[in-house]
Amino acid sequence: MNAEKIRRDFPIFKRRINGRPLVFLDSASTSQKPVQVLDAMEDFYRNSNSNVHRPVYKISEEATEMYESAREKVARFVGARDHHVIFTNNCTEAINLVARGWAQRNVKRGESIVSSVMEHHSNIVPWQSLKGATLRFADVGDSGLLGDLPMDKKTRLVSLTHVSNVLGTVNDVKKIAKEAHENGALFMMDGAQSVPHMKVDVGKIGCDFLAFSGHKMLGPTGIGALVVRKDVADDMDPLLFGSGMIREVTLKGTTFADAPMKFETGTPNISGAVGLSAAIDYLEKVGMRNIERHGRSLTEIAMRSLGGMDKMKIYGPRKNRSDVLSFSLGDAHSHDVATILDDRGIAVRSGHHCAQPLMRRFGVGSMTRASFYLYNTVDEVRQLAEGLGESARVLKV
Amino acid sequence: MSLDMYAEEILDHYRNPKNFGKLDKPDVKVRELNPLCGDQYEFQVKVSDGKITDVKFNGDGCAISTASASILSEFIKGKKISELKKMEQKDLLNLLGIEVSPARIKCAMLAFNIVKKVVEESGKKK
Repeated sequence: MNAEKIRRDFPIFKRRINGRPLVFLDSASTSQKPVQVLDAMEDFYRNSNSNVHRPVYKISEEATEMYESAREKVARFVGARDHHVIFTNNCTEAINLVARGWAQRNVKRGESIVSSVMEHHSNIVPWQSLKGATLRFADVGDSGLLGDLPMDKKTRLVSLTHVSNVLGTVNDVKKIAKEAHENGALFMMDGAQSVPHMKVDVGKIGCDFLAFSGHKMLGPTGIGALVVRKDVADDMDPLLFGSGMIREVTLKGTTFADAPMKFETGTPNISGAVGLSAAIDYLEKVGMRNIERHGRSLTEIAMRSLGGMDKMKIYGPRKNRSDVLSFSLGDAHSHDVATILDDRGIAVRSGHHCAQPLMRRFGVGSMTRASFYLYNTVDEVRQLAEGLGESARVLKV
Repeated sequence: MSLDMYAEEILDHYRNPKNFGKLDKPDVKVRELNPLCGDQYEFQVKVSDGKITDVKFNGDGCAISTASASILSEFIKGKKISELKKMEQKDLLNLLGIEVSPARIKCAMLAFNIVKKVVEESGKKK
């Protein structure tokens, strides 16, 4: 895998920030887009733009075929055979669909949903919004590993992230799914940070639900998916009501379409699905194993390089981690560190990373995070280390 | 250049903020949080004869928000409430004496928004 060659497919890397090339180390937030994705979306709008599923003319047939083949591609990409792929706006909406559509109906008062302290707000707040269900959270150890799950026979759902967006921890989801099923609970996996970076197979893992976003995996914003076991989908209510999701409407009442259509209300994000499909083609061409290896290798280099700096604290496990790296530079605030890096064209994330309970767990208000993807290089890691050296000098750490 | 924000005076306020701490029996206290980054401060003041006679603040945040809080605490101490009611955002930016980049303006304004509330509340005291 040649990151230098891959970079040429991404127009944004021609940008200069303060006279320097853009060093984009925030792909865990959103990834950059290759020209192949941009072209596919433009091609749809230029040549086949029309609504899907309804009209009978030629270009609508094309649009429907593009949209539905994107669905099949997503299914294949995540190993969905006994699962439906429901397109959503993003990962957060997909989790909300599980909360409002499945959990509100199936988790009774006194029954519990198990999540963890390492979750993104999107895998905490939807569960808090439910009436009746008890929430239990697994703790996170100092080393960034997930603690025991507070599960019992009253647990109906275990909803956990595959990869922590802050710590880079890769949870043993196969074991967790098995444990959930043994307790009679379903397993919902937040794949926002894993699906873009490693081979994920819902069948092999045992996911009843998988949620992820397209924009973190080279696709456009506004498209994501909920992958849900077919028999579980039968037991779910739609999030939104209206056109597209119906079988028959009368003034007295309505019968709904079958899944996945039942859950996709209104005109869907067709160009988004087309872009996501092209993104999957791109990722598969490079190879998910190569992408995972590259990200982990850059993270190891960064850990060695940053780990040697004075007053640097790196969070998360030492080994077996994904390609996000969060740290604190002495008592310097992450926003100040990020501003000084930005001066050199280096984009990192600062703040609480939508994981305030995890920040509290580690006794900090915020962290700085660098995250890597297939287009990042060893030289960019070196520039990050240099920039952090300057941050320490400027901020008198 | 965003690096210019980290002027010596700003860093001095950040490393050694003025009026940092808590007051014994404050007349008014206001706490605010920036939900985007989690930075938060509480301002406490004593009010007498239409003036802010004493001020302390506590909490934590970045260099820009801390310096802004520190500078504002110095600025309002001893000032008439009627005068402080006229204070605008640009007055704070003048006090800071740096060009705050658009991405960081919210950091600078956290303490400003608290102080505006403090002034409003103080105006209700005798």
